[in-house]
Amino acid sequence: MDATSHTFSANARTALADVKLQRALDRLAEGFPARRRDAVARLPEFDALRDAAVAIKDHTILNLDRYLERFEAKVLEAGGRVHWCRDAAEARATILSICTRAKAKSVTKGKTMVGEEIAINDHLAANGLDVVETDLGEYIIQLRGEPPSHIIAPAIHLSKDQVADTFRKAHGTLPPARPLTESRALLEEARTVLRSRFLGADVGITGANFLIAETGSTVTVTNEGNAELTMTLPRVHIVLASIEKVVPTLEDAATMLRVLARSATGQDVSVYTSFATGPRRPGDLDGPEEFNVVLLDNGRSAMLEGELREMLRCIRCGACLNHCPVYAAVGGHAYGWVYSGPMGAVLTPALIGLDPAKHLPEASTLCGRCEEVCPMRIPIPKMLRHWRERSWQRGPSATRSRFGLAVWAFVAARPRLYRWATGAVAALLARLATRGRFAWLPFASAWTGTRDFPAPEGRGFVASWNRGERR
Amino acid sequence: MSVARAAVLSSVRRALGARPSASGVEARLTEPPPGVIPARGRNDSVAMFLEGAARVGTTVDRAASAAEVPARIAAYLAERNLSTAIKLAPDPDLRDLPWAEAQLQTREGRGEDHDTVSVVQAFAAVAETGTLVMISGAESPTTLNCLPDTHIVVVHSRDLVGAYDDAWARLRARGALPRLVTWITGPSRTADIEQEILVGIHGPRRLHVVMIDDGQA
Repeated sequence: MDATSHTFSANARTALADVKLQRALDRLAEGFPARRRDAVARLPEFDALRDAAVAIKDHTILNLDRYLERFEAKVLEAGGRVHWCRDAAEARATILSICTRAKAKSVTKGKTMVGEEIAINDHLAANGLDVVETDLGEYIIQLRGEPPSHIIAPAIHLSKDQVADTFRKAHGTLPPARPLTESRALLEEARTVLRSRFLGADVGITGANFLIAETGSTVTVTNEGNAELTMTLPRVHIVLASIEKVVPTLEDAATMLRVLARSATGQDVSVYTSFATGPRRPGDLDGPEEFNVVLLDNGRSAMLEGELREMLRCIRCGACLNHCPVYAAVGGHAYGWVYSGPMGAVLTPALIGLDPAKHLPEASTLCGRCEEVCPMRIPIPKMLRHWRERSWQRGPSATRSRFGLAVWAFVAARPRLYRWATGAVAALLARLATRGRFAWLPFASAWTGTRDFPAPEGRGFVASWNRGERR
Repeated sequence: MSVARAAVLSSVRRALGARPSASGVEARLTEPPPGVIPARGRNDSVAMFLEGAARVGTTVDRAASAAEVPARIAAYLAERNLSTAIKLAPDPDLRDLPWAEAQLQTREGRGEDHDTVSVVQAFAAVAETGTLVMISGAESPTTLNCLPDTHIVVVHSRDLVGAYDDAWARLRARGALPRLVTWITGPSRTADIEQEILVGIHGPRRLHVVMIDDGQA
C-alpha cells in the first residue's frame, strides 16, 4: 500500500472529525485496558514472566543467526522448505512462485501483519490469484479496500452498520432484503461465505507469532480458528514470518504465550494456538502436502544495529496501541501505513524510511504508558526521541522553529539578557491583555486557534525570589 | 544455498558484531531451561482446569469410566437437541466404546463440511488455563477439531497436567512433534465487530469435554 504517513496532521484532523470513528475508539478505550488489567491481576507471576520473556528475546536476538540456522535445519528435517528473502519484493516473488508451481487459483489467508507489510494480496491478485482473508476483521477491511487500523483488531474502526453495508455490496448473490442489523447475522453470513472459500483453497498463507528453533515449528495464535483451517485444508501451506520471530525452545514459546494474550486482549490464552511442524505425515488423513516458511528480513537486520535493537523484542500484542492517548484520539489509519500507535511510530520510519514517516515520532506526548504496559519492556519513548533527534539532525524542519529555537538558545545561555527579555515581554503582554487573556497572538495561532492564551500576572520567579518573596 | 540466505545471515552477523562463540545456544537447545511456571500451573488440579474451561465457555462433563462416555455424550446432545450422528476420530480407544447402545450413529474419518458433531481424544489437558492439547495424526485428524459445529473432546484425567511445560515434556517423550499441535481453550470466537464477543465464527460453536476420571498422572 502507499503510505500516507507524510500527511499525518491532515489524517489526524480527518480522524478527529469522524464521529463513527470516535465512537469506535471510545469503545476500544473502555474494553482492552480493563480486560488486560483483570488478566494481569489474576496472574501474580505476570511481571516475573515479562522479565523472563525479555531475557529470552534478548538472548535470541544476540544469537539470531544461530537460532535461524537451527530453525531452518529443523524445518528441513520435518520435510518443509525454507525460503530466505531480503526484502518485500523478494518475498512477494517467492510466494507467487510457490503458488504458480502449485498451479493454485485460490488462496486463503490467516491474518499476517508481515503480509500487510509486503502487500502480498495486491501482488497475488495482480497475478490472477483469488485471495481471501479469513480473519473476520481482515475480511471486512479487504472487502472495503482498507488497511488494518489496529494490529490485532484490524476492523476496530468500523461500526456494525458499516460492516452490514460492506457485506450487502460484496455478497451480491444473497437476498438484498435480508436483515443485517445484528452482529450475529453478520457473523453467520461471513461464516458461510468463508467456509466455502476454505474448502476450495489451493494454498493457505498464515503469519507466525513465533518460530521455534528447537523443533522447526511455526506458532500461530487466533481466536477464530481460521488459521487452523488455513493450514489444514489447502494442498500447500505457506508461513510468512520475519526473522525476529524466532525463539529457542518450546518452553520459551510457552513463556512468550503467557504474556501475549494477556497483554493483547486480556485473555489468559487465545482460543487456538497452533504449532505447525512440516507437512502431512504418512498416515495423516488431512494436512498440506507442502510446508513452506518464507523468512523475511525487510529491515530487521538493519535494526539490530544501534538504537532500535530492543524494538525487535516486540511480539505485536497491541498493548501500546490500546493504552496510547494519541492512538485513542486519532485511530490507526492516521498513522498512514501498516503499523500504528507507539510501536508503529517506532517501526514505520525504520521500515519505510524516516522522511515519509517523520511525523509519527512527533505524534506522541511521551507519557510513557506504552512502555509501562509493554510485555517486552521496550523503551518506546526513548526510541521516539531517537527518531526526533535523527529528524532534527537531518533537517530541514520548519525554518521558523529552527530560527525560534536558535534565538531561544542564544538568550537562554545569557541569564541577564534572558531575565531582561522575559521581564520585558511579560510586562508588555500584561499591559496589552484584555481581561487577563488573549484571544489571538501573533506567532501563537496554533495555541490561540483553540483556546485563549492567559496573560502573565506579576513578576517572574527570579525577580520575586530576589525581592525576598520566598513563600 | 541461496544468495538471499547468505545475505540475510551475513547482515545479521555484521550488525551483531563480535560475540562470544557459543553463548549458551547449544545448551539451551539440548537441555531447555524451565520457564517461569505460574502457581496456577504447578499442580494438575481438576478444579483449576474446570475454572479455566468455565471462563471461556467450554462445558465439561465427567465420566467414571471410558465405557460411560457414549452415554454422557448422548445426554449432552439430547439436552441441546443436537444431531446424534457423530464423526468419530479413527482412534482405537474410542472405536470400541458402546456407541450404538447410547443410540449414537458413528462414522470414522477426517472432518468434512457436513459433519455437525465430532468426537476426538485429547493428547493432554492443561490445568493452568483450562486448555486442551490436540495433536494431528492418523488417529486424530485436525479437521475434526475445526470444521464441525459441535466439538466434543474426550480426555483422561491421568492426562491432565499442570502447565504447558508439562505437556511439552510428554510430547518430547513421545518423539518428534506431530504435524500440528493445537492448544484449544474454548469455542471459536471473534470480537471483530464493535468488540462484541461472539462465539462460533469459523470453527466449533460449542466445545464440550468429557473427562474420564481414572486418577492422576
